Amino acid sequence: MNTRIVEIWVGIFIAAGAAALFMLAMKVSNLATYTNDEGYTITAKFEDASGLKERSPVAMAGVRLGRVTDIRFDNLTLEAIVTMRIESKYNTLPKDTSASIYTAGLLGEKYVGLEPGGDEASLKQGDRIKLTQGSMVLEKLIGQFVSQFLSDDSSDKAK
Amino acid sequence: MLDPIQNLGKSGLRFFERLGRACILFARILGGLHTLIPRLGLVIYQTYSVGVLSLLIIVVSGLFVGMVLALQGYNTLVDFGAEESLGILVALSLVRELGPVVSALLFAGRAGSALTAEIGLMKATEQLSAMEMMAIDPVHRVMAPRFVAGFFAMPLLAAIFSAVGVLGGYFVAVGVVGVDEGAFWSQMQDAVDLRDDIYNGVIKSVVFGVVVTWIAIFEGSDAIPTSEGVSRATTRTVVHSALAILGLDFVLTALMFGEI
Repeated sequence: MNTRIVEIWVGIFIAAGAAALFMLAMKVSNLATYTNDEGYTITAKFEDASGLKERSPVAMAGVRLGRVTDIRFDNLTLEAIVTMRIESKYNTLPKDTSASIYTAGLLGEKYVGLEPGGDEASLKQGDRIKLTQGSMVLEKLIGQFVSQFLSDDSSDKAK
Repeated sequence: MLDPIQNLGKSGLRFFERLGRACILFARILGGLHTLIPRLGLVIYQTYSVGVLSLLIIVVSGLFVGMVLALQGYNTLVDFGAEESLGILVALSLVRELGPVVSALLFAGRAGSALTAEIGLMKATEQLSAMEMMAIDPVHRVMAPRFVAGFFAMPLLAAIFSAVGVLGGYFVAVGVVGVDEGAFWSQMQDAVDLRDDIYNGVIKSVVFGVVVTWIAIFEGSDAIPTSEGVSRATTRTVVHSALAILGLDFVLTALMFGEI
């Protein structure tokens, strides 16, 4: 076969392969939304961080501001220390912002939700969020509900 | 009485003999790679016959694999009201597993068998011996360009397979069963990681490309130089490549995604 046609076809093949890789990187994976290492980290202590993972989103008002970068256990307070990286353009979060662990949907993934406070000073690199609420564990909730229900029932009978 | 034991020993020895020859051939191909630099035209021609000619089967099967994944996934996910996760299902299964594995199986059937038959016939018609008579090393002139072509073509084919499969899944999910388009792409982008999933898929396909091309070239050069011997070698290429791909895929998956 004509060498030139072969070369053209090989060129088309390589270009198609490169385009496919580019599409996988940009359209299928999270490269387009990749947060670069710029930004500042804040920490928060949670009584219960079950279900939270590294790279879980951190959101305020439903907008993702950053991601969880590290989850560790504190030997002194027996709590979980969650480190979060917030993108540097969101630098006006009040100092008394509170953090809770929520679930997206009924059985969806866990994320850290931030609620703004009223302080004029804003969170800086290395700051700690003091007001926190850990994740709601479904079994605990059901257990509380059942025990409350049972005690209501017995007090009704006592009357 | 002693015949079965004798045969067992014979086949065991033959296995190790062939394995040793295959490794020596691999080392000679790697050692001969530098001779390709002034002869890049050979590599381009082989990339044409190994890669471009496999393009049609890769694109068509990728499209249908993606479409059937979306259709079957929808039937299960809709029971849980989670049909928005269809994008994750299609993309992760294609990028991590089906893309590299199925395209490597197709590559072994389409390109590997052709390589074996070509080299086997060259041996049977004594073209390889003729090259040696002219002081041309057939490993450099015939085998190394085919090996390099397989090494480059396979990851590109797997990427095309995955990309076309995602598009096929998109057509079925959004066009046919009516999943929301934004949720399809955004959930997919949330769940698929560039490093964990896409890089590892590319690494898998590179490994498969090397193994399939190696097996195909070895079987061709090791074929008994008769028409029956060449046909047997071609069959062995497809069978051994398929076994090697599926076995290696398990090992690579355990290494890459084991801790999740």
